[in-house]
Formats: sequence, C-alpha cells, structure tokens
Amino acid sequence: MERKTFDKILIANRGEIAVRVIKTAKKMGIKTVAIYSDADARSLHVILADEAVRVGPPPTNQSYLSVPAILNAIEETGAEAVHPGYGFLSENSHFVKSLDEAGVTFIGPGEKAMADLGDKIQSKIIAKNSGVNTIPGFDGVVKNTDHALEISHSIGYPVMIKASAGGGGKGMRIAWNDQEVIEGFKLASQESKSSFGDDRLLIEKYIDNPRHIEIQILADKFGNALYLPERECSIQRRNQKVIEEAPSVHLDPSTRKAMGEQAVSLVKHVGYVSAGTVEFLVDPERNFYFLEMNTRLQVEHPITEYITGIDLVEQMIRIAADQKLSMKQDDIKFKGWAVESRVYAEDPEKYLPSIGRLSKYIEPVSLTDKHEVRCDSGIVEGSEISIYYDPLICKLSTYGETRSEAIQNMERALDSYVIKGVTHNIPLLREVIGSSRFKSGKISTKFLAEEYPGGFKGHALKDESLFELASVASLVHAKRDVRNWCWRDNGEALSEKELNRNAPKNWNLWIKVHNNNGNVEIINVLVERRSTVLQHKDEYQVKVANHPPTIVNAQWPLESPLINAQLRIPNQSERFVTAQYLDPLPVGFRLQYMGTKFDITIHNQRQHELSHYMIEKPKKDLSKVILSPMPGSVVSIAVNVGDIVNEGVEVAVVEAMKMQNVLRASRVGKVKKINVKPGSSVAADEVMIEFEDEKDEKPFD
Amino acid sequence: MHKIGPFTRFLSRPSSVSRISPIISFNAKPIVKPVVTIQPRRYASGRTKEEETLARIEKLRAQAQLGGGHTRIETQHKKGKLTARERVELLLDSDSFNEYDTFVEHQCTDFGMDKNKVIGDGVVTGHGTINGRRVFVFSQDFTAFGGSLSKMHARKICKIMDKAMLVGAPVIGLNDSGGARIQEGVDSLAGYAEIFQRNVLSSGVVPQISLIMGPCAGGAVYSPALTDFTFMVRDTSYLFVTGPDVVKAVTNEDVTQEELGGANAHTVKSGVAHAAFENDIEAIQRIRDFTDFLPLSNREQAPRRYSDDSTDREDQSLNHIIPVDSTKAYDMREIISRLIDDGHFFEIMPDYAKNIVIGFARMAGKTVSIVGNQPLVSSGVLDINSSVKAARFVRFCDAFNIPIITLVDVPGFLPGTAQEHNGIIRHGAKLLYAYAEATVPKITIITRKAYGGAYDVMSSKHLRGDMNYSWPTGEIAVMGAKGAVEIIFRHVQDRTQSEHEYIDKFANPIPAAQRGFIDDIILPCVTRKRIIEDLAVLARKKLPEIYKKHDNCPL
Repeated sequence: MERKTFDKILIANRGEIAVRVIKTAKKMGIKTVAIYSDADARSLHVILADEAVRVGPPPTNQSYLSVPAILNAIEETGAEAVHPGYGFLSENSHFVKSLDEAGVTFIGPGEKAMADLGDKIQSKIIAKNSGVNTIPGFDGVVKNTDHALEISHSIGYPVMIKASAGGGGKGMRIAWNDQEVIEGFKLASQESKSSFGDDRLLIEKYIDNPRHIEIQILADKFGNALYLPERECSIQRRNQKVIEEAPSVHLDPSTRKAMGEQAVSLVKHVGYVSAGTVEFLVDPERNFYFLEMNTRLQVEHPITEYITGIDLVEQMIRIAADQKLSMKQDDIKFKGWAVESRVYAEDPEKYLPSIGRLSKYIEPVSLTDKHEVRCDSGIVEGSEISIYYDPLICKLSTYGETRSEAIQNMERALDSYVIKGVTHNIPLLREVIGSSRFKSGKISTKFLAEEYPGGFKGHALKDESLFELASVASLVHAKRDVRNWCWRDNGEALSEKELNRNAPKNWNLWIKVHNNNGNVEIINVLVERRSTVLQHKDEYQVKVANHPPTIVNAQWPLESPLINAQLRIPNQSERFVTAQYLDPLPVGFRLQYMGTKFDITIHNQRQHELSHYMIEKPKKDLSKVILSPMPGSVVSIAVNVGDIVNEGVEVAVVEAMKMQNVLRASRVGKVKKINVKPGSSVAADEVMIEFEDEKDEKPFD
Repeated sequence: MHKIGPFTRFLSRPSSVSRISPIISFNAKPIVKPVVTIQPRRYASGRTKEEETLARIEKLRAQAQLGGGHTRIETQHKKGKLTARERVELLLDSDSFNEYDTFVEHQCTDFGMDKNKVIGDGVVTGHGTINGRRVFVFSQDFTAFGGSLSKMHARKICKIMDKAMLVGAPVIGLNDSGGARIQEGVDSLAGYAEIFQRNVLSSGVVPQISLIMGPCAGGAVYSPALTDFTFMVRDTSYLFVTGPDVVKAVTNEDVTQEELGGANAHTVKSGVAHAAFENDIEAIQRIRDFTDFLPLSNREQAPRRYSDDSTDREDQSLNHIIPVDSTKAYDMREIISRLIDDGHFFEIMPDYAKNIVIGFARMAGKTVSIVGNQPLVSSGVLDINSSVKAARFVRFCDAFNIPIITLVDVPGFLPGTAQEHNGIIRHGAKLLYAYAEATVPKITIITRKAYGGAYDVMSSKHLRGDMNYSWPTGEIAVMGAKGAVEIIFRHVQDRTQSEHEYIDKFANPIPAAQRGFIDDIILPCVTRKRIIEDLAVLARKKLPEIYKKHDNCPL
C-alpha cells in the first residue's frame, strides 16, 4: 500500500530540473504546480505541470527569486509543499523560514542546517567537529596580509586564499610563496568585495592535482542517514562541472566506506534531513578532504540514480512528508557505470554563453531496453535559450555495465544529438569523452587546462578520421547529386523512369576541409555508385590513396540531420560512423563529426583544377557598427561605452510603427561609441553604436 | 573510309563534327557506297583535299579554344576570373556542351581590324544541360577584344536566343565585356539593340538569367536589366551606365568602380542585382542550383524534383513561433524554412528591401515561390523598394507557372514624405497589380498582422487568392487598435475600454473568417500539409483569359 505524501506540490524552479521533479511527482500521483516568468510562458515545465502560475517578468530577481510571488502562487493553488530544485531559492534559508511560517513544507533540509552548512567557514568548523577530514587551514577570518603569511607558513605551501562567501572560482587565488600570498590576499579580497559584498577570506592548504569526488547522502527526520555511492566530477572548467561519472575509478571500497561514513556523521551531527551532497577533494594517494556540503538536490544526481536505481526526488518528497527511509545502509548496492555530460549553449572555445532559438533539436535515444541514454532537459525544438537564465540545454547521461560501455554509449549519444540554432559545447564534450586519457581514468580537476593548454579548438582530424569524414562527405555529395537528376518537368509525380534517369555513376571528387590543427586538408576521392535507383540504402564505393576501397552506405533521408553510415571493407571489416548534416553551403555542406563542425568544400575534377585561380579574399568586417534598420525612435540602449558584449546580445531597441525591434551585436566586441540616446529619433541606416576594431580589443580575462 | 586518327584530338566528339559539314561523315560503315569513285586530289603534303580541310578545321578549332591567346588568359586568371570556356564547362554537365558558331569572325575592316581577328569573336555560344535539363548559354570572352560586342558577336548571341525561344529552354548569359566594339561604330549599337529586342520577346516565354562576371558597362547593362534575374560575382564584376571617369567629369564625384557599380552597390542599394556570389566557381555552382528551380519555358509546369521530406510533416514548434507580445519581431525566414522541403530556400535579393522576403523553394518536390513580409526589418512594412522587389518577382512566377505562397505579417504602408514624394502610390500599385493579375495558384497565410491597404495587396481573397488562411494569431483590421480607437472615439477622454473592445473584435482572425475572406483558421503546425494538398488541388487551375494586346502595369 503506497503511503500518502502530498496532494499537490509547487516546483519553485524552471527548465530541466522542474521537468525532472514533475516526472517523479506524476509517478507518485502528486499534482504539480509550475511557476514561470514571462520568458517561460510556453516552456516545457509549464506545459507538463497540472497548473502554472506566472511569477513575474523575465529577470530572476523579479520572478524565480521573488519569495512573495512564489508564496502568492502557493496560496493561489493550495500547494502543500515546495520543491526548490537546485539554484534559485534552493539554498536560501530565509525562503525556508517563510515557508515554515506559512505552514508549507519545504522539500529539503531544515532552515538551520541549511544556514549552518551554507557558510563556507561555518561548514568547515562543523565538519571538523563531526570528525570529517578537512583541508589543513585556518578556521577563521584572515585579518591582514601579515596574518595571511603567518597562516601560510604554519600550513606550508602551496596554499589557497579564497572568499568566505564565494563560489564559482571568484575571489580565489593560489600561492606558492610569500610574494604570491601578499598579492593574492589583496586581489582576492578586492574580488570578493566586488562580487559578494563581503571581503572575508580564508586560507587553506592547496591540494595539487586533486579529484573532485562527492558523496550523496539521504537523511530522514527520524535520525536515519545513509550514503550512496560517490560521483566523480573532476572534469571542470573554471570550477564549473562539465562531465561527471558514478562511481569513481579512483576509489577503493575502503576509501568509499570511510568517505561515506564521515559524510553520514556530518549529516547526523547537524541534524540534516533530505538529500544532500558532501563534496571532497581526493589526492592521488586517496587522502580526502572536506570541501563543502550542498544542501540540495545536485545537478548531477541522475548518474547516482542510474547505478543505484533510487529515485532521489522521490526520496526527498517522502522524507519531507515525514516518512522514514525505507532502506538501510546495507541495502545500498550499485551496479554498472554512469556518465553525465552537461550540454550547454555556450561556445566551447571561448566559454561564452550563446543565445537563440533551437531551430533543430533532436535528442538521442536509447537503442536497447536498458535505457542506456537519459536526457534531462526542459526544452523542445523551437524553444528559446534566453539571456536571463542558465544556458544549460540538457544533462545527458548514459549507462553501461562497465565504464567503457557507458563511455561508448555517451560517444554515440553525443554524435546523434542534433542541436541547431545556438552554439553548444558538444564539440568539447565529445573530445573529452573520446580522449584516451579520459578513457584511462587518469583525470583530475586540471584535466581541461592540461589537455588544452591553448584553449580547446575543436577536433583535429587524423588520417583515419579524415578518411571517415571524407567517405561520409562523398556519400552525401553523391546522393545529393543523384537526387539533382531525379526531376520531372511537367510538375507531375515522379515515376520509376525519373528515378532511373541517367544520373552520374562516377565522381572524381576533391574534398577540402579546414582541419583544427591549422591545416587545410585536400583529399581526392573516387566514388562509384553501386546501385541503380535513388534509395536510402544505395551503396557507393570510395577510393582514397593509401586506404583500401571501401563500400559506404547510410541511413540518410536526403537533407536530414542524422547520417548513420556504414563503412565496409569487403571481407575484412566494417564500422559505423554517426555524423550530422548541418547545412548546405554554396559549394559543399557543413558536417558535424566527432562533435566538431566542419565546413566541407567539394569540387569535381574541373572545379578543382580551376579553383587554383580563385583568389582567397580577406574576411570583411561589416559588424563594427549597429545601424538603425528603419526610421524610428530609440526605446533603450542596453550597453555603455567600454562594455564588452557577446554575439547576439541585445544592444538597443528601436521602435517604429509601434513595433519594437531588438538590435543585437553581430559579434563579440567592445563598445567604442554610442551616438544615440533613448528617446532620440533615428533615420534608417543611421549608425547608432560603434564597436572597436577587433585588434584593439583586449582578450577576455 | 576516311582516316581520322590523328586529327580527332581537337574534336570534342564525332557528333559535333557532323554538324560542321554534312559532307564529312564519320560513320564507320557508309550505308551507300559511291557508284563512281573519283580519284582524290592530292596536295603537296601528300594529303587528300578532305584531309587538308579537316586539318584546317582542326587548327581553327584549336585556335578558338584559346580565345585571345595564352597571355590574355593568364591575365584573366590573375584577376581570379576564369575564361569564357572554363565557365561554360563548369556551368554545364560534363561533355554536354554543343557549341554554335565556333568559327565566326568579325567583318570589320576599319582601323586595321581586318588584320586583327579572333576566332569566335569574343563570345562562346551554344547549348548543353544542367543536371540533364536543356539550357542555352552565351559566355563573353574578355580575352578576345576585351569581350567587346561586335555585329557578329551580337549575332551569335541572337542566334542562341532565337533557338532557345524555338525549343523552349532558358537562356543563361555569362557577361564579361568591356562594352561596344568602338571600331565597328553603329554596327555594334545595332547589335545591342538586336539583343534587347530578343530579351523583350523572350520575356515571359523562356527564363533569362544573367550572371555578371566582369565589367558590364554602358548600353550593355540593359540586356541584363531586361532579363529575369541578374547575379554578380563579388569584387570582379561591375554594372554601370557610365563609369567613374565620366562621373568625375560630369558631376565631379570621386567614386571607384566597386562603389559605383560593384556587387555591393547593386545587391544592397540599387536592387539591380538579385544576389552576389564569392567567386566564379561558387557563382556558377549556385546558378546551376538556381536553374533547377525554374521551368524550362512558359509551356512547362514548375518542375518537380525528388525529395525525402515528408509531405504530412507537422512542425509543432511553428505553433510557438509568433511571439506572445504582438509588438515583438520574429524572423519570417524561420517560418519559411520550416514549411518548405528540407528547409532549402533560394532567397532572391536577400540584401535589398529586407522588409520583404522573396525566393524559391520546393513543396513536395515541386517549385513554389514564397513572398513574406519580414517583421524583423522595419516591422515588415511595405515601402517603395519592397513593393517593387516583390512585384517583379510575383510577375515572373505568374509568367512561368510557379505557384505563389504569400506569408503575411504587415502593419501597412510606410508613412512619410520620403515615401509619398517618391511615389509610394505608384510603386505600391505595382505589387497590387502583380498579385491581382496573377493567375497561378495563390495561397496566402496570415501569420499575424494584416492591416489596412497592405492586407488587400498581400494576395488577399479579394485579389483572387485561391486559398487564404490565417493562423490563430492573425489580426485582420484597418489598423492597430490604438490608432483605430483614436479615430472612432475621437471625443472620448479615456479610450482604454474602447481599445480593449477593438482588440477583442479585430485582433483575431474570426471576423474575416465570418465573412469568408479567409477560408480557414489553421494551426501553424498543419500549414505545410495544407499547402501541399492545396497545390495538388490547384495543379489544374485554369482562369479564362480576357483578350488584350497587353496590360498596362504601372511602371
């Protein structure tokens, strides 16, 4: 008999996590209330929820962070409990307090435990008192530079100076000697002051080459607490997690047990209830040190669910509904391996967020009944990635019996994940997942910095991958060319005759592709059509120097995004390549292969010969100015002189005929001059905003 | 039997040789043997007369391949330009070119021209196929007399234009000419006019495409201007009536060729050219793609090409594409790409009068034309330039049996002295006229605003629209609520209430549907399916023609 929890809960969040919570709530027979800002009025979480309440305009401080608006929504809908998701109000103890006062259950920890563990200095003291290994350091506020030096000497170098209130790498400095401590202290306190309005700093031992490994805990209101297997989140950029996995290759059973028991003792010590995560740094010798505790459902919880089969959201709801944990520590088993990739709308080379509408969006699916692919997303094709919120597109998780199987599934899932309309980080994810170092498990939080010291530049094709790409490109070209011959001039339906027309059977192609190692690769491919009729399964033979003749066929409805190609060397071997057909180009097309986009120029023999006469033109920069598209009046200017704006960011709004036109930066740039003011009228093509020349701009950071 | 061994190397293949002289036959086995055997006359070389003639022909043909000679070809290449023949090779399917008038030479004797001849006289003409479909082509050869137009040069062009009319196939002109052959005087001018006359006679009979691949100045510009589409190659092509030197002399303006008549000037400012491409190879490839959309002549229906895109595909994301806030803009091209086959849209004049979007696409494989107001630019308002841009396009499609799909989101005609004084009335009337006279299938979808006279113009039911739909977001009214209420309730102080009333009444498609002015209100996601069904229904549409010599379209 199912024990009753709540009739109706409100999810004080948006996007994928709101969708995630709604799914479990539905499974448990609980009605759901979504909240939304104006920007999210048609979002997936709003559509999926039983009820939805508007909480304000797009900016988060007026919507998802507005406690009065949310309390109002609770009252309006009669929700009995609130799940906060992660981010927004999930770790805001004032919000918990307001809910308590309103007699509404918060699905999460109590106010006090949240407040105590939320403060970095405080939580470290609590951890130490609970018998948790902490990083050697000073348990208090550092007074001044001399004090900082004194502490540093007692701990021993290297040391890390960081903001007490900080997060996300802001106000953080590493020092290897006295000089660096003096400088680091000054800079960190300034940064901390400007970022968090709080210049309290702390100093601790810096762990070199650490791994980030965390323990998921569950605790009920009856003093029961248990730990679940660990997650490793070492692949990070700028202290933001990128790829996570569970379990960790680094841990042995005894370390796992020791970490888990310490986490449970911390939880019990502060009387923490609900799901939570204790983060540790683990050094190469498996010494582990408490980092911090996250008093909420973690972003990367799906991988734990994958290997344990436990629905963490369900557990949170049950705990909040005063139910006892139904399992004991000994019941916790785990099986297989799970990997999660955070798919973001951001440029993986510059780490800049990208915004826009998802013009094409196809999520990868599981091919077996093991449900080896899980997509936690809150968007659909046509959704808008806006400037107001986190640019997370999806948490893509895959499962396997073994780590290598999980990784292989992730490779396939990333290859077949179609996202168009915004720049995304799949190129980086695919590169890391496919790298031999990641596969070997020898990772640390420095992985990205060490592997891509000059920044990530996209996949560099090597001989074999270049051949694969050329084979797929040849097939695509040949199929399109044959299609061009299948026509009928009276406009009537095509008959067998038109499909059997005397289309080309042989091609001598020159494939040009800009490789990301800086080379321009030109490959000559001889292609021969092996079948007579245009069909999905037609076969082509490709011949490239130094490669055996290979038969290529593909599941590729013409011009569709996904190409599942088979490359076969008769009587020898066969392999499968998943690539994506993104856009046609004037002479060729754009393919995505190994996660990276490649512009492919395809010339026939004659075009190739004559292409030598074509003059390479310097790229023209037409984007240095923002012109008024029409006569009208300026409603607003969103930038100031000296601002550095990203591509696609709103710079101004012009109104004409009672229509507002948002003008956006067409490239990254620094604002040099603003020629208009809000309220001033502009003529068509009037220069409104000027950017500095690219060469004058200072690089980011 | 003739010995042809060593002489065939300049012959592209036997079939083209037989066209040169019917006397020479290369059939391996002559069907009828001559009864009387005449002893062949032998020349000093020891060859027969036939052999000698053949050798001469081969020599001439070989010379013709070189146009103005190696040095000039090299100069042409150094500019990043291909030669006339190389361009034809790239334009047509391999081995499909059949050349006409290879041996033509000019007949001018003045100014020492009798000693200065180039075989072919600066233009390569003939026919061939593009993806198996017949087209006629001329390609001016800048290496021969700078591609200048002589009497014979013009006559060659006229010949293929006449042939194209005769058989019903498009004419593609690759222009690269310094202008008139001054040495020929009025003969050259006559040549231009002969071409102009044929451009006009062919107009509406066979599609005519001009690709400007070098200079095109003076009188020469009017041939491309009379054709249906003019494309340019960036940085290497120019179009102007008078060049920078004359401009300087007459108006004292300093201007470069590029500024005066380059691709940018004509695709962005003047609207003379319909698109520009990066270089010769890209331009020619794009012309091949473009030709695939066109019917061969006005006798043919729009062509259908194989497509894998599903005809009953429902695109749910279209349902949310129109912003909730009706003052917000969106990109009409995104709607277009979601409706058409494979999302492939060949946009015409993409950089000119961007407040209206025009171009070719396919639905269920068959060519259609798209005209859409573009809310992203000036709210999609109709002004002089956008009216003229769309009007000419609509007329082309009507002439060549290409169905017209119109997507409407238009707030009206652009007000202001600039527009009024430059004749928005006259120019706006062109679009109105074009839609009203068009007899091809006309399908209209109102996506949002359809205000005022602009509603009437944009392929409304009243202009014989065959199928007129509105999305639920449609607003069909004389004007926006605020303006309307200010007029109706002029003397009322607080008009908020009346404004809401007006919005309730007109900011939706129901009143128009109640009057039958729109045939149905459809969900955006089913639009593709409905259009494809309608196109099938309308495939046999026929309207009785009223006799007239010709119409009197406002110009």
